[in-house]
Amino acid sequence: MRLVAIGLAAGFFSALFGVGGGIVIVPLLLLWVGWKERPAMATSLGAIGVTALAGAIAYGFRGELELGPAAAVGIPAALGAVAGTALQQRAASRALSLGFAALLAAIGVRLLV
Amino acid sequence: MWAFVLAGALGLAAGFLAGLFGVGGGILFVPTLTLVLGLSQIHAEASSLLAILPTVAVGALRQQHYGNIRWRSAGIIGLGSLGGVVVGVFLAESLSDELLRRLFGGLLLLVAAQVAWRARR
Repeated sequence: MRLVAIGLAAGFFSALFGVGGGIVIVPLLLLWVGWKERPAMATSLGAIGVTALAGAIAYGFRGELELGPAAAVGIPAALGAVAGTALQQRAASRALSLGFAALLAAIGVRLLV
Repeated sequence: MWAFVLAGALGLAAGFLAGLFGVGGGILFVPTLTLVLGLSQIHAEASSLLAILPTVAVGALRQQHYGNIRWRSAGIIGLGSLGGVVVGVFLAESLSDELLRRLFGGLLLLVAAQVAWRARR
């Protein structure tokens, strides 16, 4: 039952913001269901596949999907993610994380104003 | 044309950063699609969901290899999400594009805070 509730929350969040929903799924699996980090992150990937596909189809029916831009960004991203994940353990130092946080915050402010 | 090349390069970078910092790609795809390719917020969010799929597929294959994915639970969460997706799409479409963009900006600030918080440890 908790898994269904997590799915509902993640699906809402994912469709509203166009993101995968891992930001909802992973913390809830850790804190509410008591899973460890590794299976939580891995399992969220499987769930996100279903959620994102459903969201894309729902938006597609309403004519709001742009296939060219999605492919232009999405296909190179899969390659980048392989490299990024491989480096994860070694490279995600404190300075790098803070730099990334600053980048996200800058884009956030840009979109807010 | 050049905007697509730039978007591809940013997509590559977004995937790399997402993998490196353990966040989803969508958080970077949406601003790339709006700020670089000029999509409206709602079209960017819709297209981002499609753009996420290749990255998720590759990530899931790797995790499957390590035996970390609990597929039954993933299926239950995924099926449960369908109801949420319908409500989320409906709400996103009923909000103005500007409000949606601002909400997304707020979300980015929250994720930035989360990444910074994790870096403290």
